[in-house]
Amino acid sequence: MELCGAKRLGYFGRSQFYIALKLVAVAQSGFPLRVESINTVKDLPLPRFVASKNEQESRHAASYSSDSENQGSYSGVIPPPPGRGQVKKGSISHDTVQPRTSADPQEPASPVVSPQQSPPTSPHTWRKHNRHPSGGNSERPLAGPGPFWSPFGEAQSGSSAGDAVWSGHSPPPPQENWVSFADTPPTSTLLTMHPASVQDQTTVRTVASATTANEIRRQSSSYDDPWKITDEQRQYYVNQFKTIQPDLNGFIPGSAAKEFFTKSKLPILELSHIWELSDFDKDGALTLDEFCAAFHLVVARKNGYDLPEKLPESLMPKLIDLEDSADVGDQPGEVGYSGSPAEAPPSKSPSMPSLNQTWPELNQSSEWETFSERSSSSQTLTQFDSNIAPADPDTAIVHPVPIRMTPSKIHMQEMELKRTGSDHTNPTSPLLVKPSDLSEENKINSSVKFASANTVADGYSSSDSFTSDPEQIGSNITRQRSHSGTSPDNTAPPPPPPRPQPSHSRSSSLDMNRTFTVTTGQQQAGVVAHPPAVPPRPQPSQAPGPAVHRPVDADGLVTHTSTSPQQIPEQPNFADFSQFEVFAASNVNEEQDDEAEKHPEVLSVEKASDPAGSLRVAKTDSKIEEKTAASAPANVSKGTTPLAPPPKPVRRRLKSEDELRPEVDEHTQKTGVLAAVLASQPSIPRSVGKDKKAIQASIRRNKETNTVLARLNSELQQQLKDVLEERISLEVQLEQLRPFSHL
Amino acid sequence: MAVCVAVIAKENYPLYIRSTPTENELKFHYMVHTSLDVVDEKVSAMGKALVDQRELYLGLLYPTEDYKVYGYVTNSKVKFVMVVDSSNTALRDNEIRSMFRKLHNSYTDVMCNPFYNPGDRIQSRAFDTMVTSMMIQVC
Repeated sequence: MELCGAKRLGYFGRSQFYIALKLVAVAQSGFPLRVESINTVKDLPLPRFVASKNEQESRHAASYSSDSENQGSYSGVIPPPPGRGQVKKGSISHDTVQPRTSADPQEPASPVVSPQQSPPTSPHTWRKHNRHPSGGNSERPLAGPGPFWSPFGEAQSGSSAGDAVWSGHSPPPPQENWVSFADTPPTSTLLTMHPASVQDQTTVRTVASATTANEIRRQSSSYDDPWKITDEQRQYYVNQFKTIQPDLNGFIPGSAAKEFFTKSKLPILELSHIWELSDFDKDGALTLDEFCAAFHLVVARKNGYDLPEKLPESLMPKLIDLEDSADVGDQPGEVGYSGSPAEAPPSKSPSMPSLNQTWPELNQSSEWETFSERSSSSQTLTQFDSNIAPADPDTAIVHPVPIRMTPSKIHMQEMELKRTGSDHTNPTSPLLVKPSDLSEENKINSSVKFASANTVADGYSSSDSFTSDPEQIGSNITRQRSHSGTSPDNTAPPPPPPRPQPSHSRSSSLDMNRTFTVTTGQQQAGVVAHPPAVPPRPQPSQAPGPAVHRPVDADGLVTHTSTSPQQIPEQPNFADFSQFEVFAASNVNEEQDDEAEKHPEVLSVEKASDPAGSLRVAKTDSKIEEKTAASAPANVSKGTTPLAPPPKPVRRRLKSEDELRPEVDEHTQKTGVLAAVLASQPSIPRSVGKDKKAIQASIRRNKETNTVLARLNSELQQQLKDVLEERISLEVQLEQLRPFSHL
Repeated sequence: MAVCVAVIAKENYPLYIRSTPTENELKFHYMVHTSLDVVDEKVSAMGKALVDQRELYLGLLYPTEDYKVYGYVTNSKVKFVMVVDSSNTALRDNEIRSMFRKLHNSYTDVMCNPFYNPGDRIQSRAFDTMVTSMMIQVC
């Protein structure tokens, strides 16, 4: 009532009443009971009105200066029932227009203005004022606005110290209203304005009832968007922006903005708050959107609206060019903006899951498990090696030690093995073309790496470690490919390109080469080949990785060895290859399952597996294939993650190897295939005999596996080193921090 | 749970100090004031320093029977002092660090406001909100 009364000071009792009614309506609608709310109410029916309410208010103030004129405009404001809301707007706009036309809107000096009514009232008064002019309007609402007008005018004048600013401001807002109201007769507008007043007025009432509903609706709608910037407002803001910063895409530096907004004569504290709200990116400068938001907030504040605690949605600067039309929108730029990033993350997950699915056994962190399996198998391998070592020093040496097979390589080999098992000779054919030695070596290297990678991988659960082995992986991949491709022809496995250094897995590759070269010529290579498969295993086993794999691997190897001697030689090869492939695949899968980081490895593994798969037709079927497939997609999906992938593929390979082992029969079959392949390979004289061929093939395979494992091993070792380095650095940091923590 | 958060300017006058109302605020003010000496001690000890992020965090300045006081200094010698309740199952160092980081970020945002004059009391609502959230959450 006070508000009404205050507003009404010196005004028609009717208007006062209306104001009171409005206030009641406002209160009823849940709006803060203030003059502002009344204005809000007014706006409610006229959504647009609300938005530009502040401006309207300002305009009102300005226009109010020419009350008389306004009143004249009001005359037509008798609100028709349906058009109430519209009428209101129209009236408001009408008013605005009039004020504008009549006088300098900016004139703060509204005679009647009761200063206390802060801007909010102004719109309120505005409406009332509008009504008044309608003068003839029996509708009270008009009266209502009247008093408000005055206060508003005063408020406006008072607040708009920066008249220049505001003046420009006021006209635009009202204009907006006009636009919105254009259709409706002013009276209707007025009616909508006062839900309460509507009630009072009989005529209005009918209209009011209609309008009330409208108003209510509008209230809700306008309430939802009280901060919407109308087109006119926005245009105004943009013009102001241009005066400061001609480039619309540029920034307004903080100092310039500060000066500008200081003109609005708002207290610094409030300006500070407005700045906080509007400087969305906290960069100390205002973009066009930010500037408009800030300006709008200033206008609102000048009109009496409280500053929100959070930036309203409509004012959110659009981070992306969502809007082109006037800002009305609430298009939180960030929303759209954030959408894109959100999409990015999920992309990875799908790949992983797919991999997981493909590699059920290996998936998840089970990679570690698989690794353990492999490790077990690797243990067997080691044992095997020991057995073989005497027989074939070269091969033995090659296998266990240096062979660091890049997981990828190993994986590749494994994959190849699997593929071969799956009668997937095509891919491997090209590889086959490669010198079998190389393939063998690769295998070995890859196996080594594999092992190393596994080890390392085990060491690190994090992908960080993996990063260190990208090269290895890559090399593994290549090696594996070569291996897988050439495994059948592995008479002379080509020296794995990325031979791990002596300390690294790569170094083993060299041995592998030797081994391969040696073994190729040896029929017994089959046995030897077996050992090659072993080394990778042991390494993985060494890694903290899942021991499960190792045992499995070991078992596989054991079983493998247990098979007929002839088969063994062949099978080991098969086993190795397949194992490699399997491992690679499994590793790939595992890794993929586990981490996206493993991508690179997976990729490498996949690559390895691909060739391997092709080679190993007879090998592990589903497993390998699955792994391969899993790894393949994983690889593809994943980027080049560092170390993480390598170890996993390695593990997988081990696992696959293990798996392969059990499939001795398959191996044998594969050996046959290998034998055939080997036969094709120049390195191994297939013609010697099927057995020989088989043996040779198996030898080759083993060599390849060894290579792969060796590579993996080297990769893992590198990863381990990286991790250790990190650890050291962290320890150093800890030391540094200690002094502070002593207190 | 920080029971008291204070931002001290370079000249050692408070820019912002806030305590949970449960306790006598004066006591916290006193604690913060005394902690400034410790901060200066540490800062001078760092001496040579390179001001890197790690050194910004000073760690536990001194413990009392009920409270622990943590310090953090920015490159412009603005100090943040946080008093936490000892009864709180010891907040991990990392948590304290993250709290200081948040404080620092909020302080930076306040600084970015062209309407804020360095040296003024911090009256930013956003800053208040952040500190409040910190004081409640830490619980």
